[in-house]
Amino acid sequence: MKVNCEYGGGCDLLFGTKQETYELPSSSTAWTVGELLLWLAEKHLKTTQENFLQGDSVRPGILVMINEMDWELLDTTNYVLKENDTVIFFSTLHGG
Amino acid sequence: MPACSTKCGKTAILKRPKTGDALCKECFFEAFENEIHYTIERAKLFRPGSTVAIAASGGKDSTVLAYVLKLLNEKFNYQLKLVLLSIDEGITGYRDDSLNTVKQNKEDYGMDLKILSYKELYGWTMDEIVAEIGRKNNCTFCGVFRRQALDRGAYLLKVDYVATGHNADDIAETVLMNILRGDIARLNRCTSIITDSGDGIPRVKPLKYAFEKEIVMYAYFKKLIYFTTECVFAPNAYRGHARVLLKDLEKIDPTIIMNIIKSGEDLKVAETTKIPTLTRCVRCNYVSSQDVCKACILLEGLNKGLPRLGIGKSSKVKRLLKENEEKTSSCNSKNCCNAKPEKSHCLCKTTIPSIS
Repeated sequence: MKVNCEYGGGCDLLFGTKQETYELPSSSTAWTVGELLLWLAEKHLKTTQENFLQGDSVRPGILVMINEMDWELLDTTNYVLKENDTVIFFSTLHGG
Repeated sequence: MPACSTKCGKTAILKRPKTGDALCKECFFEAFENEIHYTIERAKLFRPGSTVAIAASGGKDSTVLAYVLKLLNEKFNYQLKLVLLSIDEGITGYRDDSLNTVKQNKEDYGMDLKILSYKELYGWTMDEIVAEIGRKNNCTFCGVFRRQALDRGAYLLKVDYVATGHNADDIAETVLMNILRGDIARLNRCTSIITDSGDGIPRVKPLKYAFEKEIVMYAYFKKLIYFTTECVFAPNAYRGHARVLLKDLEKIDPTIIMNIIKSGEDLKVAETTKIPTLTRCVRCNYVSSQDVCKACILLEGLNKGLPRLGIGKSSKVKRLLKENEEKTSSCNSKNCCNAKPEKSHCLCKTTIPSIS
């Protein structure tokens, strides 16, 4: 399954890219965003996990949007990914 | 798909941290802008016909502030003249890039822009200061110098107000930081929406009740261009700890941010607490709680090759200042400045031009 990820607000530095389309390995169960986070942290994160993850979610201060919608309206980590979904990670943890 | 809480019939795109409402894009824009308008009206922030300098860094907060102030000024006829004021700290790879964003704002919003640099004000860039002092107390220098630089810029531009992009998260963070430091004087005034730095030009914070998440979302959906790189010197800043703590608390319950601000606003400092009285710096005439202001002390330390001068206790600083003064008089008599004008560590060139 293909999923598009976009990184902004400094998250681009964590992944060394602003945008990437990934082919997720096939799985017997559906992929949730929570599983995507762990997969990204393991496979594509360029820094330590604490910069991106806290517990089973993103580090507080990183906003997540799925298909241009706040993930807090979509049950956050429990959202089940569909083919060609776009997930945007936006950090607010930067100075002015 | 979640529907907009206003029952406008559209699909919601964001959950508001302040209220928990789910709003569509249009209703969110309206709610966000109206709240800032309400904040401005309720506090009577601006007199009609005034000139307002927007402290612009190129970051999300000041970019959204400039955009929203321009919009509200036109929509509600505040009759304000808006200008942009930027400070160039001289940080390669950070401020030079972010200033390009401000220059873009100038074009996009049709506002005048004034850029004032640390180099022209103090004779030092932050790059040069960090080369001298290392990365431990660099944010102290930068913070003290920036505050003064903004006031001096406002004075030069002859504006009536300086508007800064401090948001609700920033203010809650500052409350926590002042509690952690036991800095009661700052705790007492850090939640004020309008502050006077002593030169008669008030500082105002129109985004005081705007959540960081909403500012970022607003910028995103409005497609505003802003600069997002973390300051290259910032990772060692103390503020980081307060920020992490606040973000952790916000995750548990976002209204904690408003509660912290409210606690700060309603706080009454005990009459027995010693609060320093504000006076004028004897050297540069800038408002200060000591005879010599922090900026002049830090600058003297830099120029004397004693960069830690302004970092320690004020009693120690006073003693060192006195010693330096004695050396200055002997130095003047030998005309050493004429011999080595550049970074001679001579005090003859250390003072900032007086503010009035």
